[in-house]
Amino acid sequence: MTNTEKSTPTVRGPGKSALLLEVNGTTHELFVEPRRTLLDALRVDLGMTGTKEVCGMGNCGACTVHVDGEPTYGCMQLAVECEGRTITTIEGLAHNGTLHPLQQAFVEHDALQCGFCTSGQVMTAAALLQRNPNPTEEEIVEELSGNLCRCGAYRGIVRAVQDAAEKMRT
Amino acid sequence: MPKLIKTKVEMEGRTFEEYALVDEDELPPWTDEEELGIVGFPIPRVDGAERVSGTAQYTHDVRLPGMAYTAALTSPHPHARLVSVDVSEARTLPGVLGVLTRTEVHEQLQGGVRRMFTDQLRYAGEIVAAVVATDPDIARDAVALIKAEYEQLPHVVDIEVAAQPDSPKVHTNGNIFGDKPQLVERGDVVAGFAEADVAIEHTYRTATQLHSCLEPHGSVAYWEGDSLTIYESTQHVFGVRNAMARWLGLPQNKVRAICQYIGGGFGSKAGPGAHSVFAALLAKQIGRPVQFMLDRTTEQIGGGNRSAMVMKVRLGAKNDGTLTAMDLHCLADVGAYGPWLPFFAGPALMSYRCPNARSETLGLYTNTGSFMAFRAPGFVEGTFAIESAIDELAMALKMDSLALRRQNIPDHDQTNGSAFSNYPIEECFQQGAERIEWHTRTNGHTSSQDRIRRGIGMSNQIWWGGGGPPAYATVEVNTDGTATLRTGTQDIGTGTKTVLTQVCAEELGLPLAAITTVLGDSGSGQYAPISGGSMTVPSMAPAVRSAARDARLQLLDIVSQMLERPVEALEIRDGQIYEGAENHGPVKNLIGKLGDVMIIGNGSRGPNPDGVTIITSGAQFVEVAVDTLTGRIQVLRVIAAHDCGRIVNPLTYRSQIEGGIIQAIGYALTEQRVMDEHSGIQLNADLGDYKIPTLADIPEIEVLRIDFPDLVANPTGAKGAGEPPIIPTPAAIANAVYDAIGVRIRELPMTPDKVLAALQQQ
Repeated sequence: MTNTEKSTPTVRGPGKSALLLEVNGTTHELFVEPRRTLLDALRVDLGMTGTKEVCGMGNCGACTVHVDGEPTYGCMQLAVECEGRTITTIEGLAHNGTLHPLQQAFVEHDALQCGFCTSGQVMTAAALLQRNPNPTEEEIVEELSGNLCRCGAYRGIVRAVQDAAEKMRT
Repeated sequence: MPKLIKTKVEMEGRTFEEYALVDEDELPPWTDEEELGIVGFPIPRVDGAERVSGTAQYTHDVRLPGMAYTAALTSPHPHARLVSVDVSEARTLPGVLGVLTRTEVHEQLQGGVRRMFTDQLRYAGEIVAAVVATDPDIARDAVALIKAEYEQLPHVVDIEVAAQPDSPKVHTNGNIFGDKPQLVERGDVVAGFAEADVAIEHTYRTATQLHSCLEPHGSVAYWEGDSLTIYESTQHVFGVRNAMARWLGLPQNKVRAICQYIGGGFGSKAGPGAHSVFAALLAKQIGRPVQFMLDRTTEQIGGGNRSAMVMKVRLGAKNDGTLTAMDLHCLADVGAYGPWLPFFAGPALMSYRCPNARSETLGLYTNTGSFMAFRAPGFVEGTFAIESAIDELAMALKMDSLALRRQNIPDHDQTNGSAFSNYPIEECFQQGAERIEWHTRTNGHTSSQDRIRRGIGMSNQIWWGGGGPPAYATVEVNTDGTATLRTGTQDIGTGTKTVLTQVCAEELGLPLAAITTVLGDSGSGQYAPISGGSMTVPSMAPAVRSAARDARLQLLDIVSQMLERPVEALEIRDGQIYEGAENHGPVKNLIGKLGDVMIIGNGSRGPNPDGVTIITSGAQFVEVAVDTLTGRIQVLRVIAAHDCGRIVNPLTYRSQIEGGIIQAIGYALTEQRVMDEHSGIQLNADLGDYKIPTLADIPEIEVLRIDFPDLVANPTGAKGAGEPPIIPTPAAIANAVYDAIGVRIRELPMTPDKVLAALQQQ
């Protein structure tokens, strides 16, 4: 961001205003209050419910999406902060019905049970593999420790990420 | 024709004798492993793609035309009388569609459920009123405009205080559940202790564990005329249907309950709750679909918990290790409205041969969220106590603790005199002990002066898990050679849908890909039991097999007439009709000629065998490292050996075992609800301060293959695997900690402060 841009911030609110959000390559026009979280913009305004809400306060990682490629908690980000940025959600990972190698590996290794944390786990892992295609087990554990799972699929998740990383390298 | 039978059904320690309708002809047992080509194989989930791609629709994700969102006002006081609620200002906020108070709910309900909606508020976090609006933010804004007046009453949040005669009273009758302790007794305990050479007595404490389902409890409700449809995050769609019908005074066939996917239940989502009632009544009020999900705080307070317990265990034994007496006492917290008492004494009374035993459970109401079944309720707590005590007894007897267990394994169920269906506990002991290298154990006589000290420990496990009737299914064979399996069970994340698809394909003779399974809808499937008590697979697999068998026999009968071949000579394998080695071609080529027919097979779960207790059993062995400077316990390795009958799917079975162990590690080391005694407020009603395990807390878990089909239990040989794995882990960890540092921790969770305090006392 340049200094000029910084010195002239857009003032929004307190009521609703129009907002352009680019999600999975499509630009959507929303009309929301500034307090709208990215998570609610996705789930309530756009009806994209693949991203899950669990704690709503940055404790669990279930709502992880990519904002400009960075794993980001959707509940801790305001939608207005995301204008002009590129958002990728779990719905944007599969292509034309073909699962992303990570998604495929999660299925093959049964790296899930109820599946409610899975979107967040997969998105966090996808960001890791983009940055580091060959992570060690310690790096996987470190990166994914911000994503809570209550059913206890953790060891399967490690196996799935390792397997997907290997397949994506070859 | 179905026949009426009377059968014993067990559900988490409560046994019921009930009528059931079952098929007349019995299923032949699956005796030959070699003949099974789909059952027993590690098949990935049939709904895996939906679960990893964000397309699986959970209750929280349901979006219906015109659907409105809710927010709730909850009680700020642990105990109060609701004097008045003024919703006038909330109602006028633009976007607000309706408001409903608990007093109004009370007037619209029927039966005992009304006690949940009186003017008495019994814990901080109980729902007072709800607002429905076009937008969730507006609903929350409107809640802030509700003015409620309360008369505060004295509260109690601790069971040991609640047990005192001068304690504040949660209910007008007092704090004692059922007004008296629950007793179980056999033999003569006094005589048993008189016979003993050695006796020990210790008190073990456990904290309140919160289910912490990632998807909160919630509903989406709408009305079409006088019919209610309710999407509910539940473990029992028929339970929701029947309870909502009862509470609202509707016929059962005017309520449809749906749950295709659920974000965790673990026992806490057995039926509808206050939120379901608010959703249904608000939907009626505004004439639109209404979604009501608990927010995270309300979920962590009122979404269920495993009772805190204080357990006193007294054991007597002869010098040779023969147990002579057991005396067990327990205080159990049932919260504000706990519906029944967890059977903490079950593990002790069932796992060990002991002629003289007595247990007493005193359930206590407190001004806290209600106890709800939580994965092996009572048994996780009770196993921590008895399995720690057995190790302490072994120390007193100067015996190896595994040898002491082996010596006292019973040959029948002493609680009712029945035989066990199958009890391969020695196999579990032997395999586990070998893997962990049990002989390296020092029995707490560590000579190590290292800061980090390692130890190993184990625990025995017992549970039911036999399932039973009633449970029904249908299989429809389509003219293209595919089939649709329908049943009203639900997949709560355990893999039920996959397992039942395997069972159906196996019995029908069609490939797995030819079967589509439809479940989780009381409007399209037949009655199926709650997905709880480790009873889903053993109840549903035989019912599905029975339906698939009926469809297969009908199909063969039709094909035999078409081919003019004797029906006994024909069979279906991999979607083809065979007569010996001769292939008559694919099923679809033959029945495709029949036009738009549908072959419909019906099936039901048969009765359980008489005079037999169906159990699951096992053992876990763990290795820990204890940091004597910080008091931190790290679990390094868990070896799990569990008999759950035939393993239908090793992949989802492994997930169940690992998942149970991981929840148990949280219970053992980090998880505890924290109540502020003075304000009566729960201090950690979120996922930041309530510590469930993260990936970094979890060791490698080795699941040993103990695969003995239990054909006494049912003709598929499969038993439940949901609960067994969570039962022994905490005790095994406590025993390993003792082995590492020679100090006994008798209270869960074993947080660093307790470890350091115990080390200092040493």
